[in-house]
Amino acid sequence: MPKLTIDGREIEVEAGTTIMQAADQLGIEIPRFCYHERLAIAGNCRMCLVEVEKSPKPVASCAMPVGEGMVVKTDTPTVLKARKGVMEFLLINHPLDCPICDQGGECDLQDEAMAYGGDRGRYKEEKRAVKEKSYGPLVKPIMTRCIHCTRCVRFITDVAGVPELGGTFRGEHLEIGTYVEKALSSELSGNIIDLCPVGALTNKPYAFTARSWELKKTESVDVFDAVGANIRVDTRGNQVMRVIPRVNDEVNEEWLGDKSRFAVDGLLRQRLDRPYVRKDGKLVAASWGEALAVVADKLKSLDGGKIAALAGDMADAEAMVAAKDLFTKLGSANLDCRQDGARIGTGPRASYLFNTGIAGIEEADALLLIGTNPRKEAPVLNARIRKRYTKGKFPIASVGPRTNLTYKYEHLGAEAAVLTAIADGSHPFAATLKAAQKPMLVIGQGALSRLDGDILLGLARKIAETCGLVKDGWNGFNVLHTAAARVGGLDLGFLPGSGGRDVEAILSGAEKGEIGLVYLLGADEIDTKRLGQAFVVYQGSHGDAGAHRADVILPGAAYTEKDATFVNTEGRVQHTRLAVFPPGEAKEDWKILRALAEQAGVALGYDDLAGVRARLVEVNPVFAAEGPAVAAWGAFGAEGQPSSDPLESPIDNYYMTDPISRASQTMAECTATFVGCAHKRTGTNG
Amino acid sequence: MLRDQDRIFTNLYGLHDWRLSGARARGDWDDTKAIIAKGRDWIIDEMKTSGLRGRGGAGFPTGMKWSFMPKEVGERPHYLVVNADEGEPGTCKDREIMRFDPHKLVEGCLVASFAMGAHAAYIYIRGEFVREAEHLQVAIDEAYAAGLIGKNACGSGWDFDLYVHRGGGAYVCGEETALIQSLEGKKGQPRLKPPFPAGVGLYGCPTTVNNVESIAVAPTILRRGGAWFGGLGRPKNSGTKLFCISGHVERPCTVEEEMGIPLKELIEKHCGGVRGGWDNLLGIIPGGSSVPVLTKDICDTVLMDFDSLREVRSGLGTAAVIVMDKSTDIVRAITRLAKFYKHESCGQCTPCREGTGWMWRVMERLCVGNATVDEIDMLEEVTRQVEGHTICALGDAAAWPIQGLIRSFRPELERRIAEARANARAA
Repeated sequence: MPKLTIDGREIEVEAGTTIMQAADQLGIEIPRFCYHERLAIAGNCRMCLVEVEKSPKPVASCAMPVGEGMVVKTDTPTVLKARKGVMEFLLINHPLDCPICDQGGECDLQDEAMAYGGDRGRYKEEKRAVKEKSYGPLVKPIMTRCIHCTRCVRFITDVAGVPELGGTFRGEHLEIGTYVEKALSSELSGNIIDLCPVGALTNKPYAFTARSWELKKTESVDVFDAVGANIRVDTRGNQVMRVIPRVNDEVNEEWLGDKSRFAVDGLLRQRLDRPYVRKDGKLVAASWGEALAVVADKLKSLDGGKIAALAGDMADAEAMVAAKDLFTKLGSANLDCRQDGARIGTGPRASYLFNTGIAGIEEADALLLIGTNPRKEAPVLNARIRKRYTKGKFPIASVGPRTNLTYKYEHLGAEAAVLTAIADGSHPFAATLKAAQKPMLVIGQGALSRLDGDILLGLARKIAETCGLVKDGWNGFNVLHTAAARVGGLDLGFLPGSGGRDVEAILSGAEKGEIGLVYLLGADEIDTKRLGQAFVVYQGSHGDAGAHRADVILPGAAYTEKDATFVNTEGRVQHTRLAVFPPGEAKEDWKILRALAEQAGVALGYDDLAGVRARLVEVNPVFAAEGPAVAAWGAFGAEGQPSSDPLESPIDNYYMTDPISRASQTMAECTATFVGCAHKRTGTNG
Repeated sequence: MLRDQDRIFTNLYGLHDWRLSGARARGDWDDTKAIIAKGRDWIIDEMKTSGLRGRGGAGFPTGMKWSFMPKEVGERPHYLVVNADEGEPGTCKDREIMRFDPHKLVEGCLVASFAMGAHAAYIYIRGEFVREAEHLQVAIDEAYAAGLIGKNACGSGWDFDLYVHRGGGAYVCGEETALIQSLEGKKGQPRLKPPFPAGVGLYGCPTTVNNVESIAVAPTILRRGGAWFGGLGRPKNSGTKLFCISGHVERPCTVEEEMGIPLKELIEKHCGGVRGGWDNLLGIIPGGSSVPVLTKDICDTVLMDFDSLREVRSGLGTAAVIVMDKSTDIVRAITRLAKFYKHESCGQCTPCREGTGWMWRVMERLCVGNATVDEIDMLEEVTRQVEGHTICALGDAAAWPIQGLIRSFRPELERRIAEARANARAA
């Protein structure tokens, strides 16, 4: 542990620490632009120069490792002069367009210029300007403002693993760009907006809509995938202006997937803002009282076995527990939160969790992917896998789709037979897993939502057990969910009770007329044609497939409009916070169910949020846990012969997976750019 | 003056055969096996005794540099990289070696690689040197065919492979870490130090980067002994050196001379003197475009070696002597250099990227006097803001010529400003 002195204060730090990190520990602020703690060190902005005794030249503190007995000075006239010099150089070619720059108010260059900038410029020559570029529908480059810190280049290359950015030309003509003009194809591209210390890369859909100081900031959790990235929702008035990530090293570090960041314009479109009741085949606006009465009458008129409820992928735990209590009390066991038909949730908790934990990926030393494309299903989690991969000695193999995951892996094929071979030890990758200290596997919904999903789950368990994935202090068995609601629903037991129907049986029952009422709690990913003659109640936020088919629409709140609980794929209980109010007459979802229960003459036993949350804990104590608890292992999955169909990822189009992103114009543009237009273009289009 | 028997580069002017047979006749490859047989430590000690300082410009002791390589070859192989990216304006010594004495370099690569435990060496040659690269390749092929390099090189038991890599012609790729980047196929931008190449260099392996001349003189030093080389020149500035004299002299040339030769003697003896006589001299850039210009009164007496030139606030650099007589527009000349550095800055570090362009633009205005006297001081301050604040020395190299100009020729700058003022008033 070397000891050094910074500005006369002694500190002992770990070997390999840089001067800047040591100074940060002492609370001595060193200005910086190119340095970012989660990126490789570039040392090119030269803003962080400090004086080190016995060194003839000032030293870049971000890159210089500390040495025993080093004497560092950060507050001498030489250092101040060096910083002022660098600041002057940065500003000579930086446009003075702060008033029209979206970064204004949250700009590192602005902030540092307050401390080190001069009050007038000495540069009388012409300023540099850079031709306008396009990076696609999400990131707006204004490269005249670029200070060439290369944070974006390092992020896209190292973290996102899509080396599409780099510097072209030399000297003052150096430009950061995509070489050949193209849209950035990374699902994490939005993060370069946060990383950019100036306004060179800004949020394109958000451009010119708000100033940072007008925004109200609400800390919340993302629901577009099952990772549960921590986010900050920035609102103005009753409108979500943007979403940016919050730091949580356990979950998303400080990254966020593009859908989670850019789909928020979908919160303004296709919204269900008042109840509707279908009359003579047409949906007619109705009052809450009327709509609830219609549903309650229908519920009361039907036998418990003839009503069913399906929870969607963005349903919160509070709503699900209220729906479960209501339907149970009405005598129905026909509940399911797995609209994709995933064969999961009946075993112990460890059978449906990402047991290793997202941060745990960094400890693993071998990985098997089964029926999953984490790049599309959970881009932030995929970045963790890549982070581990770049450290080396991390064999990765995949049974499933052959696709670019941003890291190298061995593609073992797409057939489930490979899994059988790994499970019985005859496949060479079984030896790789066995040889590893902390091997892990990730099984995705592409495998679990198949008809033989329980057999595949059983195979995965067998691999985990025979290849040493589960041992003391390490559980390498992981399920990667795609729905934010799923783990919460499974924890609550929003599953068919004894004699109850699962999603397939509910739909076939509706088709046959055995089910008289289906309650869709934000469930849109089912084949609504199969609902037959059943009376359909849709409760949710967006006018999507479910609402289209519904007989009664009960407008609910989206994730930014309610205090709600979600459990991520690791089993981590997190809460969203109300950032704006639901639009129009829409209400928080559990309250709608509470009101409906009242109308149907059922007492749920709770009247406020604290009551619902207490009920959640009563149903399953994990809802009171801080952080994911270690889940018990046990028997699960089925024996049998898996089908020979190739394993696929459940997600074709990352940009449109749920009612919100389907309503988003930005996501539509992304779909057109990256996936190809979903609709046939007509002759007059373009 | 250097005696003929002390010359190392005996075919500097291409008067003799440059191929293997000719090289052998001049003593190259003479019992190289015996040199290798004396072992690593002996070679490095001899190099230290010789006092050879790196011929690429910085003048770091070569023997010491070699000794920085790890003593034992671990998991990672060691590499020697020869910097043949001779791009410093005014410098034309390495190309003469590669054109007319390539075997000296090839042999040097072998002994140097052996001394640092490297089984492979790369010669990174400037892209524009087409003929030089061809000659070098022929020499390497000849050496392979004769068993001098390759498996069991010279019968020494040491396996050694030598590769020529042609650069793309960027000046900054002559900086050792940028050269390594470029050699790896990346954009030629200097790397941060530490880690130094001796620890983490080419492909992350221990690497030493040496100038062509430093490597090419090594076999002769080892044959004749470090003491012989150390006895030439002055203490701490020993040996012989190739000087490239260009500009306003009667006969520009590249010549091997003893270190510490008086500048005036160098020019008068080998170049037929300054055009129009010594008194017609305006100034001399003694070490390639990046060092400050010297005025005539300094040139009268200064000695050509690292320490003497440092004392007069200039530098030996690559020993590329650029002579300018009184017909020279010195401001225009330095402006041209400023433009060169602006063009060649890699753009990585803020001060160099932004500063070189700024300095050049101000220089362009100073050329025609379109400036104020204050701006001379401002320009000087800008050069100080660039100098020493960058990853590599290109920032320094861009700043020094301008500092030299302001220090030595400030009256000329002020005269031009006054003249331009007067003309403007008259008009």
